Amino acid sequence: MATASTTLTSSAAQRPLGHMLRIYLKEAKYEFLKNLRLRAYSVSTIFFPVMFYILFGLVLGRNTIGGLSTSAYLIATYSTFGVMGASLFGTAAALAAERGLGWLQVKRASPMPPFAYFAGKVIMSMIFSTTVVMLLLLLGFTFGGVHMGLSQTAQLVATLVVGSLPFCTMGLAIGYFAGPNSAPATINMIYLPLSFCSGLWVPLMFLPKLMRDFARFLPPYHLSQLALGIVGAGRHESNWTHWEYLIGFSVLCLGVARFGFQRDEGKMYG
Amino acid sequence: MIATLPESSARERATGAPVVARLHGVSKNYGEIKALRQVDFNIHAGELVALLGPNGAGKTTAVKLFLGLAKPNQGTVSVFGGNPVHPEVRVRTGAMLQVSRVPETLRVREHIDLFSSYYPEPLPISETLSIAGLETIKDRLFGDLSGGQRQRVLFALALCGDPDLLFLDEPTVGLDVEARRVLWEQIRKLVARGKSVLLTTHYLEEADALADRIVVIHQGAIIAEGTPSEIKAQTAGKKIRCVTRLELDAVRRLPGVLEVHQDREALEIHTAVAEPIIRELLARDASLSGIEVTSAGLEEAFLALTRDDNGKTAA
Ligand SMILES: Nc1ncnc2c1ncn2[C@@H]1O[C@H](COP(=O)(O)OP(=O)(O)OP(=O)(O)O)[C@@H](O)[C@H]1O
Ligand SMILES: [Mg+2]
Repeated sequence: MATASTTLTSSAAQRPLGHMLRIYLKEAKYEFLKNLRLRAYSVSTIFFPVMFYILFGLVLGRNTIGGLSTSAYLIATYSTFGVMGASLFGTAAALAAERGLGWLQVKRASPMPPFAYFAGKVIMSMIFSTTVVMLLLLLGFTFGGVHMGLSQTAQLVATLVVGSLPFCTMGLAIGYFAGPNSAPATINMIYLPLSFCSGLWVPLMFLPKLMRDFARFLPPYHLSQLALGIVGAGRHESNWTHWEYLIGFSVLCLGVARFGFQRDEGKMYG
Repeated sequence: MIATLPESSARERATGAPVVARLHGVSKNYGEIKALRQVDFNIHAGELVALLGPNGAGKTTAVKLFLGLAKPNQGTVSVFGGNPVHPEVRVRTGAMLQVSRVPETLRVREHIDLFSSYYPEPLPISETLSIAGLETIKDRLFGDLSGGQRQRVLFALALCGDPDLLFLDEPTVGLDVEARRVLWEQIRKLVARGKSVLLTTHYLEEADALADRIVVIHQGAIIAEGTPSEIKAQTAGKKIRCVTRLELDAVRRLPGVLEVHQDREALEIHTAVAEPIIRELLARDASLSGIEVTSAGLEEAFLALTRDDNGKTAA
């Protein structure tokens, strides 16, 4: 059968590494710009954790929690809350809408490497996560009398940003199963109760014992405990346990997201 | 301005040029729905093929199969001799698909910059902007564009990688006459650059104006194929429109009349040759007025071709 593969110039199958890197950077850059200009994302991602922190950590919080100033304690929990929001909305909301309304198909018809699409969303979410944590730290340092060394600060930021990955994977999993328009509502139905039950709004010690015990099964609890450990108010459990939980949870979510991805790809040719 | 190619050259392309993409014995079902049935379809290098058909005919399905976005239940799809999902094939194709929502908070030039980056040798962004007529709105957010401008951005995304083969799924849907003509001109420029293009449309006029070859698809099967003039030749040649006192049935019985129907106050008569019928009409009705004779367009050709066996015109 005389197809034209021989008569037309054939192109390189493999992209050089430099080109690959450029695609990933552009994907992340434009994903960031897109969400920065999308007030529903950028404003609410930053606004809610900052507002809660100002209200409960700075304005109302005169006491100490577990021997630590409220303003320091709540930096850890509201940062976790903020990181989780930035990650879930940054991945799930966009993925569900773009999948459901045809945009992802336009991108899949192009030679975009599929992984770049997901990486772009994760990197974008991490930039917002970093911003939220830095803002809360800045507020705590300037108005809350919080003192932290440089290495402690860096450790906190790094932990929270790396610890946002499980929530990015969770977002991808949700994005594959939520409807294009209902995704934000679906995310909130998961995000808000999960935050509360993990002690991100009200410290766990003020919650009933049943809830304190239940919190151990929730991923945000483990990230907040890692963060609290760094500011000096952890429950003195092993950090490894927390990381193990978070890694296990990520693997689970990746499995679900992969299932969704393959379900979509399975409809494709080849 | 680039004129449409002469018919002979079109035929040459359609038959002589190598095949760049092929559906071979392809059937595609969505559950119970048979979207395509045993379709054989080739796209040759340098030609513009129009896939013409009514709603639900299977046009988008065919495009998706060519793009590797859907899997055939039967048959094979090959593009540049390979599987359409392979990256080395995808860098040589570009696609304009129907999409309900495009991210609105990116600027026109940003969308193009991103898609250009996927290709090894994209056009310079300024050139893409100029081909698609977007220079003056390159800094606008997508969400602030009009419908026609949005279509042009999607068109730009299809061509920015300088691909050899473009798939345009109803590129002019929802455009006014002026915007449609502008896009036609841009599509002609692509073909003049040596690109192969598959375009789907319900606009018969559009297929006639642009295509070297028209493939008519109906209920998932190809029912006719040829140059625009060949397609037209398959049906009656002339359409006479006139206002007359004569009864519809009387006119229908005149020799040489293929079909008649009432269109508001006038009758529309389809026939192979117009003059004898006009003579006959004038002889029987001296008050006959408003005579117009036109060549049967693709519209008529299409209606005739999509007629079911029992004589009713399919939706
Ligand atoms: N994802 C899908 N699931 C189920 N049925 C589908 C799907 N996509 C298309 N169909 C059906 O397959 C048939 C062909 O659809 P297709 O979209 O190819 O038509 P089309 O020629 O592009 O129509 P239009 O001119 O309206 O765009 C239709 O009956 C349609 O309802
Ligand atoms: Mg369609």
